[in-house]
Amino acid sequence: MSILEIIGGILIITGSLFLFLGALGIYRMPDVYNRLQAGTKATTLGAMSLILGVGFLMPGWILKILIIIIFIAYSNPISSHALARAMHLRKRFMFFKNEEIDAYKEIDKNNNPEK
Amino acid sequence: MKSDYLKKLPLKTKLSRFFMHWFLLTLVWFGFTNTFAAQEVLTGLIVTAMISFLSIRLFTCCDLRILSPGKILYMLQYIFVFLIALIKSNIDVAKRVLSPSLPINPGIVKFKTKLNKNFAKMVLANSITLTPGTLSIDIVDDTFYIHWIDVKTTDPEQAYKEIAEPFEKILLKIF
Repeated sequence: MSILEIIGGILIITGSLFLFLGALGIYRMPDVYNRLQAGTKATTLGAMSLILGVGFLMPGWILKILIIIIFIAYSNPISSHALARAMHLRKRFMFFKNEEIDAYKEIDKNNNPEK
Repeated sequence: MKSDYLKKLPLKTKLSRFFMHWFLLTLVWFGFTNTFAAQEVLTGLIVTAMISFLSIRLFTCCDLRILSPGKILYMLQYIFVFLIALIKSNIDVAKRVLSPSLPINPGIVKFKTKLNKNFAKMVLANSITLTPGTLSIDIVDDTFYIHWIDVKTTDPEQAYKEIAEPFEKILLKIF
């Protein structure tokens, strides 16, 4: 086993661990926003680390892997923003507690210029 | 999107954007084909030039000025700060998920940003989503709405200092 393979294996294991923690977070968190919090962060670093680990095992693919990592970092937060915004515009305020801390309620669906 | 906003731009800006777009697409092409044989390079240059000519009106983020050495140094600094924040946020999520009492105190706060370009705002929102305990829900003009898993303050200025300041300092220098 070369040093690259060991680093790659460690990265893949770390990535799968973070992906598992993300899944556990989606199961344990009480409402949709907190679930998105756990899901987005853990899956972003998990997928990045896992793919980078594959890059260490297969050094010829490293350029493709860097591009995929950039795309993941670019698109994952946008999808979570779209989900959270859609949930809020459909009036699903499933807050766990202290529901009054909600600055976004001032945005009326009818005032929104994109609607 | 208005399709004729391009006509108002000066030719210099249009050309600069076109070459920046071409450059980025060429980088992606070389990343995916992973070879420097002459026919591959030629095909790539022609195809990416056609694509960047056809989709130039969708590309509003930046032009060639962003490739100046100072800005590239700030970009590297940004990537470094961002990666550290990403790792910290994952450790934070892991701690919250694994602790039996589930220590969360969620709420939505807002703050105003000083950035004025749409692309810069999007980069800031993406970075905020991947930093510890925050998730950007929406941007309306220059107001960010942030879901915070552990609300420390509802005051916009304080929230700005807690959440956005380290990223926005660097972004203001890049864009």
